[in-house]
Amino acid sequence: MSTLFGAYGGRYVPETLIPALDELTAAWSSLREDEGFRAELHDLLTNYAGRPTPLLRAERFAPDQRVYLKREDLLHTGAHKINNALGQAVIARRLGKQRIVAETGAGQHGVATATVCARFGLECIVYMGSEDMRRQAPNVERMRLLGAEVRPVEFGTRTLKEATSEAIRDWIANVDDTYYLIGSCVGPAPYPELVRELQRVIGREARAQVLAIEGRMPDAVLACVGGGSNAIGMFYDFIPDEDVRLIGVEAAGAASLGCGRGGVLHGARSSLLADEDGQIMDAHSISAGLDYPGVGPEHAYLRDTGRAQYVPCTDDEAVAAFHRLCRTEGIVPALESSHALARALDTDAELILVCLSGRGDKDLAEVLAR
Amino acid sequence: MSARAPKKLVIYLMAMPDTPELAQAAVDAGADMIELGFPFSDPLADGPLIRRAGERSLAAGMRTGRCLEVLAATRALVGVPLIPMTYASLFDAYGWEQLEQDARSAGATSFIVPDLPSDVHPEFRRVQLAAPTSSDARLQLSAQESDGWLYLVTVTGTTGARSDLSSALPPLAARARAVTEQPLYAGFGISTPDQARAAANLTDGVVVGSRAVEAAEHGAAELAQLVSSLRSAIDEPALDSSTVA
Ligand SMILES: Cc1ncc(COP(=O)(O)O)c(C=O)c1O
Repeated sequence: MSTLFGAYGGRYVPETLIPALDELTAAWSSLREDEGFRAELHDLLTNYAGRPTPLLRAERFAPDQRVYLKREDLLHTGAHKINNALGQAVIARRLGKQRIVAETGAGQHGVATATVCARFGLECIVYMGSEDMRRQAPNVERMRLLGAEVRPVEFGTRTLKEATSEAIRDWIANVDDTYYLIGSCVGPAPYPELVRELQRVIGREARAQVLAIEGRMPDAVLACVGGGSNAIGMFYDFIPDEDVRLIGVEAAGAASLGCGRGGVLHGARSSLLADEDGQIMDAHSISAGLDYPGVGPEHAYLRDTGRAQYVPCTDDEAVAAFHRLCRTEGIVPALESSHALARALDTDAELILVCLSGRGDKDLAEVLAR
Repeated sequence: MSARAPKKLVIYLMAMPDTPELAQAAVDAGADMIELGFPFSDPLADGPLIRRAGERSLAAGMRTGRCLEVLAATRALVGVPLIPMTYASLFDAYGWEQLEQDARSAGATSFIVPDLPSDVHPEFRRVQLAAPTSSDARLQLSAQESDGWLYLVTVTGTTGARSDLSSALPPLAARARAVTEQPLYAGFGISTPDQARAAANLTDGVVVGSRAVEAAEHGAAELAQLVSSLRSAIDEPALDSSTVA
């Protein structure tokens, strides 16, 4: 397994973590081909998570185009995050780790991790910024109900960036018995590739579904980009289909690809919101899941090669798309996914796929307060 | 054993406008080497104390350019080795070779980059770190690549004071001795004279970070007092090394 995506990726971590990363790399490269592992994961994705998810035409939402929604919001726990959490939990068990740490922003990854830990009887500790605990309160309650310990992070931005740093510090201190279940395609190698492979199922299903329904490839595929895991999962199997435009939608105040520069954060080199001295800057988004100054290294690579393009969406545009999907289709989307929905409407293309990465129950208070 | 070689005392200070004077006080009180922290917004290897010192340093405007000025001003006051310690992001932004060059011109002796494992940017000469989790092969690689001495991270964890000297140090020091002739200095979690003495008995030197940063916040006098107590502790060998927890 290569540790790099062009000039991005790598393993910028303290020496203490190198053996754990080597161990994970070795385990993953044998497990990914292992029949038993694949069968176990397939069974969990089918019977526990609820795959495959439907591909639904959103006719009233987008009357002038043919827009299809990939319904990751229908999965158990309400977002694509469960695809990754299940896969990594199976790996953690095979590595004999009994204690899981994770970071969470919107709380969807924290809930997915708490859920799989409950299912497998693993100890679960989730780091979450105190600002995110406020704006995603229902998910904090869910994690606690599921038996996880939620540790507030009270310094810096009090959001996903600091939560991730604290999860990594916990991992450094407890690496002997602890597995770090990272929530997006970020972090040191092999995580970005591992998470992509676990999320690839989204695009693999969607590609077969659109072929079956429409008999052709879509013109464009859209997904929101926080760390980038639902987007890379949605995009990956379309990469060889050169005529399919791949469009990642970032929060305008957290556009690490649109406005970023090269830098190192959380174990990898990527495109970041950073100043000219390499200090990481604060991101701003109404959506806690996109409120992160970094992004997975593979997206920086896809941007540089021109295979994918990344566009911004403001808080107001996302909220408008949120309301529109509620009213026109009877579906309450996550605020994160609403960013992709907003850009779908002004994408100049006829046949469009959008990854509806999650449902919006967690966002009701935030939206209604506006 | 006959004459015991003098042990080295390394003191960490976070870059601030008054760091040159603090460094001088530390050297006058017996420090052999100064590690100078260039603050980074997201210091993964640091515990709360150094993280907060970094936040204050950034708030005081200590960006890379200002840190280099502080380094040069420190060099004008002291003759001991000066070692900037910072994270990869600062090098990536400034340019690896350029920052190395500019820091050396400002008086840097070497560097410590805690989020740069020994196989990444091997062309960049620096003090390498080895941890209790490091395999023998990794230990050997770090030692072989290291610039002047090998930094033994005594704990599996971040920087910060601990109540006892880590029980991971004796086996780590023994494994390191078996693979290298490089001097070994122990750091992370060493704050009291007793811990420093016990660690120095197993190694060639000790690094005191969080505790020194804390003392420096109270001024040169308190820092000097800490440094001289550490100095006398490591200069007199303990009668037996069973004080290790
Ligand atoms: C529903 C939903 N979509 C998207 C994201 C953003 O993450 P990623 O970019 O890794 O898919 C989150 C993160 O919390 C989320 O909850």
